[in-house]
Amino acid sequence: MTAKLTADELTLFRGERCLFQGLSFALSPGELLLLEGRNGSGKTSLMRAIAGLIELESGEIFWNGEPVRSNRQAFHGSLVWMAHRVGLKADLTLVENLKFEAHLRAQSNQDFDEVLQRLGIDRLKRLPIRSLSAGQQRRVALARMMMSRVPLWLMDEPFTNLDREGRSLVMELTTEHLDRDGMCIMAAHQDIEIGGNVQKILL
Amino acid sequence: MTDENETLGIFSGMLGIARRDLLLAWKRPGDILNPLFFFAMVATLFPLAVGPSPEQLELSGPAVLWVAALLAMLLSLNSLFLSDYEDGSLDQMLVSPMPLSALALGKTLAHWLTSGLPLVLVSPVVAITFRMPFSVTGVLMLTLLLGTISLSLLGAVGAALTVGLYRGTALLSLLILPLAMPVLIFGARTVSLVASGDGVAGGLYFLGAYAVLVLSFSPFATAAALRISNE
Repeated sequence: MTAKLTADELTLFRGERCLFQGLSFALSPGELLLLEGRNGSGKTSLMRAIAGLIELESGEIFWNGEPVRSNRQAFHGSLVWMAHRVGLKADLTLVENLKFEAHLRAQSNQDFDEVLQRLGIDRLKRLPIRSLSAGQQRRVALARMMMSRVPLWLMDEPFTNLDREGRSLVMELTTEHLDRDGMCIMAAHQDIEIGGNVQKILL
Repeated sequence: MTDENETLGIFSGMLGIARRDLLLAWKRPGDILNPLFFFAMVATLFPLAVGPSPEQLELSGPAVLWVAALLAMLLSLNSLFLSDYEDGSLDQMLVSPMPLSALALGKTLAHWLTSGLPLVLVSPVVAITFRMPFSVTGVLMLTLLLGTISLSLLGAVGAALTVGLYRGTALLSLLILPLAMPVLIFGARTVSLVASGDGVAGGLYFLGAYAVLVLSFSPFATAAALRISNE
């Protein structure tokens, strides 16, 4: 059975405001779901709801046909989330941060140094995250994503703080991930060039 | 980075996060030393204010040391989940495949090792200012050892509930203190009773039982509270 993410009639309120209502989508391997919309339109909230961090007003999300709500651990084992806040410890070094990550999630067998080299952060291994620039911290978060062996990537504004070369690198990595039959949900308001199957949701 | 093909066990996440927090504490020793200084300062200033009468010091010693230890623990609790909340690590914890209760227990373990255990270790030094006999000091350490475990575990629930609030310290104290009262009462009374020649077992049994009771629900309550706070 192939992995599949489906959402059925999602509705989410924040306070009195309805962010979206009756939202449904289905994501199959090799597909990218692009969330578009103005600032504050609920892209991040939708992503947090998919990750199970906020309760939906109504609707259900299914992973491989099983509701995520009752099967949270299996679902979380299949996703990695690159959030707006990178979630790295400022006082620890790059290596220490990523080593901790290996305690939480199954890791891919990619060569660690190769990944860092590709992201251009191989020289920063022994530096505390605090001393890295915002763009470099993003790249560390990307390294964390690449090192985990999961089919579903959730990326919230992955291009923030990245230079032009970094942005094209993100698109390249995403394309590769989709080619490997991975899935990706991305919130972005830039034009992106990613080969493969792209669905769009305008919030 | 190792290639782990088998699924990771619960202990992997728990020990992993405990190790990470200990490493963080090692790199920022101020966070450990602040509550410790507070404890030492309260406990050494008190005898100066009360005066040099030995009877009075011997009488009030256990109570003052215990109150100071309790407040020092409260002081250290506020930061338990705060930095994780601020830098987004908490979000990452919440979406990790590890059970959140195991991660919470790991964090609580690291918290106790960096706040409770140091208090236990410096207490004999501070106890000298209260002319506490050697045998009683041993009992003080034992009660603090069992008591701080309960306080760390209880405090984790409170810290998790107040983590999303701006300046939640006062609320945290209000939440924790009622549940911490038995620990304070039995901790301080056991030491005073031993000082006046009574048995020690009853108090220690109670503190031990209370620690086990709190251990049985704290990780789950902390996990549930973290989910609510982080909505």
